Amino acid sequence: MHSRRTTGTVRLLGVALTGLLAIACVRNPPPPVEPEAPEPPPTADRSTARTPPPALPPPRPSPPAIEEEDPFASRSLEDLNRESPLEPAFFDYDSSEISASGRSVLEKNAEVLKRYQTWVITIEGHCDERGTPEYNLGLGERRAMVAREYLVELGLDLGRIRTVSYGKEFPFDPANNEQAYSRNRRAHFVITER
Amino acid sequence: MTTRILHLCLSLALTTSSVLLLAQPPDSTPPDESSDEQGVQLVIGDQIGAQPRLAVPPCLALSDDAETHEAAQTFAEVLWDDLNFEREFLMVARDTYDSIPAARSVTDLPLQPWRELGADGVVSCAVERTREDQIRVTAMLFSIQSPEQQPFGAEYMGALRGLRTYAHQYSDEVHRAQRGLKGVARSKIAFISDRDSESMSGLVENRATKEVYFADYDGANVRRVTISRTLNNNPAWSPDGRSIAYTAWRPYMDVFVSHIYQGRLESPAGGSLDVQNWLPAWSPDGSQLAFTSSRDGNSELYIIDADGQNVRRLTNNPGIDTSPTWSPQGHQLAFVSDRSGSLQVYVIGVDGTGLRRMTFESHCDRPTWSPAPYNEIAYSSQTGPGHDIKIIDLATNEVRQLTFGLGTNESPSYAPNGRHVAFSSTRGSGNKQIWVIGRDGRGLRRVTGTGNNEMPSWSP
Repeated sequence: MHSRRTTGTVRLLGVALTGLLAIACVRNPPPPVEPEAPEPPPTADRSTARTPPPALPPPRPSPPAIEEEDPFASRSLEDLNRESPLEPAFFDYDSSEISASGRSVLEKNAEVLKRYQTWVITIEGHCDERGTPEYNLGLGERRAMVAREYLVELGLDLGRIRTVSYGKEFPFDPANNEQAYSRNRRAHFVITER
Repeated sequence: MTTRILHLCLSLALTTSSVLLLAQPPDSTPPDESSDEQGVQLVIGDQIGAQPRLAVPPCLALSDDAETHEAAQTFAEVLWDDLNFEREFLMVARDTYDSIPAARSVTDLPLQPWRELGADGVVSCAVERTREDQIRVTAMLFSIQSPEQQPFGAEYMGALRGLRTYAHQYSDEVHRAQRGLKGVARSKIAFISDRDSESMSGLVENRATKEVYFADYDGANVRRVTISRTLNNNPAWSPDGRSIAYTAWRPYMDVFVSHIYQGRLESPAGGSLDVQNWLPAWSPDGSQLAFTSSRDGNSELYIIDADGQNVRRLTNNPGIDTSPTWSPQGHQLAFVSDRSGSLQVYVIGVDGTGLRRMTFESHCDRPTWSPAPYNEIAYSSQTGPGHDIKIIDLATNEVRQLTFGLGTNESPSYAPNGRHVAFSSTRGSGNKQIWVIGRDGRGLRRVTGTGNNEMPSWSP
């Protein structure tokens, strides 16, 4: 958990924090398997969210004052994805079953997506380094599909959710160890349209 | 490919198509009418079953420029490697050659010193520049034991850049005439690679692209097929060698076919966001493609006509069914499925009947059906932390292993003559490279060396 992180992860972490405050979501404690899930800030409500984050060490200057309705309005799609409020859901080895922690991540993502009704997302299915590249395309596909099904169960419109499998082509962490593997087996959310 | 190759086929060669390249030295007399009807005069090696020993010294450079001298060296080296590859000949080591006086002309070479080196045959060759960028290569295989026999000769005229191709062609012709073997020296290997270090366009940063390339079977002459700035994989040569099918993310997975000599691109499987297709495999006659698709909700196998008509679903199982490969006659396909709980190789009739499980191992993938006359399927099998290449004999169900735990070894693809298997391996550097090994597990050699290269497909 505290060893090497990719830049992408660090960014994601910083943004997950600021993004969370800005939209004032109430978070549950993160599942242990989520590498980028920080200790959540003390439960924030709407009133605290209006004030700038006090004690957090943001990796970049505090975002400019923005409308509460859409803190992401001023950001490009690229920036939005770089600092995405949507978190990846992780899977067990060679499995496409959604774990309890994965379920809570998907539920949180669903809340964000219900708030931003115009967003269209792509769920990318990813696998770890083990297993063959051919099979992993199917496994990644299944992971993406399963994540989509759950979001639809939670009331999201199927038409807003695209899926694609990248197999083991884009590991989050290229290291060859169990910790890296567990972070690479994921459904990764990309905001495709807003 | 557009290189014009001109054979000067003299006398006998015209009498039968099976000996197109028999040529005779300018001063020789017409062939003896009583010679055997096939016209194959020269067979190197005197013992049935013994491997003939061949030497290929550097060619004579008949023009004085540096490029011709280099070409004379290169032709002999490429030919030596080609003749060595099939292991039908024992090649006399090159480091012994400089002790032997050079030939005075392509037909006038000292035989006794080669006899002392134990050679049964020597290829005498010459390279001459005929015009700017044009060369003529003459190659003749002489028998050391029976120098009076007519040599097995060929002449190639064409662009200098076709030099390696001329050597490959002569090698294939020597293998055919001397050993009755279909050589693979002119075949190609397609693969995917990150060698150009490009990044994917899109909303997620720092993702390297993989593009489709192909090279000569020995790794030389790399050419790039796709320029897509996205991910591509699993190239598959069409049986006529003129097209490559592959999976590409644009941005969803779909099957594309590049007609590489026409510069034309098709997507016959009709992909869309809701109809994603991957891992294409050509039927042996090139008229159909099998592939994996999630169009009905999970990974199943489908077959379409090459023009995109006539989609048929081949499998129907909640598990993942993927990695199709056709039998040489096109009546059956092998594929992998995790329907048993682990990924295993299955065989099914092209009409969807006759399903049977072939492997009972930990995790198998990428089956590849051998060409005839071999009746076997190569696949990658999880043997430890990584995978190894194995082959199952379809007559006996016996499994033999070709690689043994060095790195991870995946994605086997048969040479068109069935005698070799290309695969990707992380052995050595840890980078993924394409390697080739004999189907008997001997003769390992590395084909690529730049960047990461994987998912080979050997051309017809």
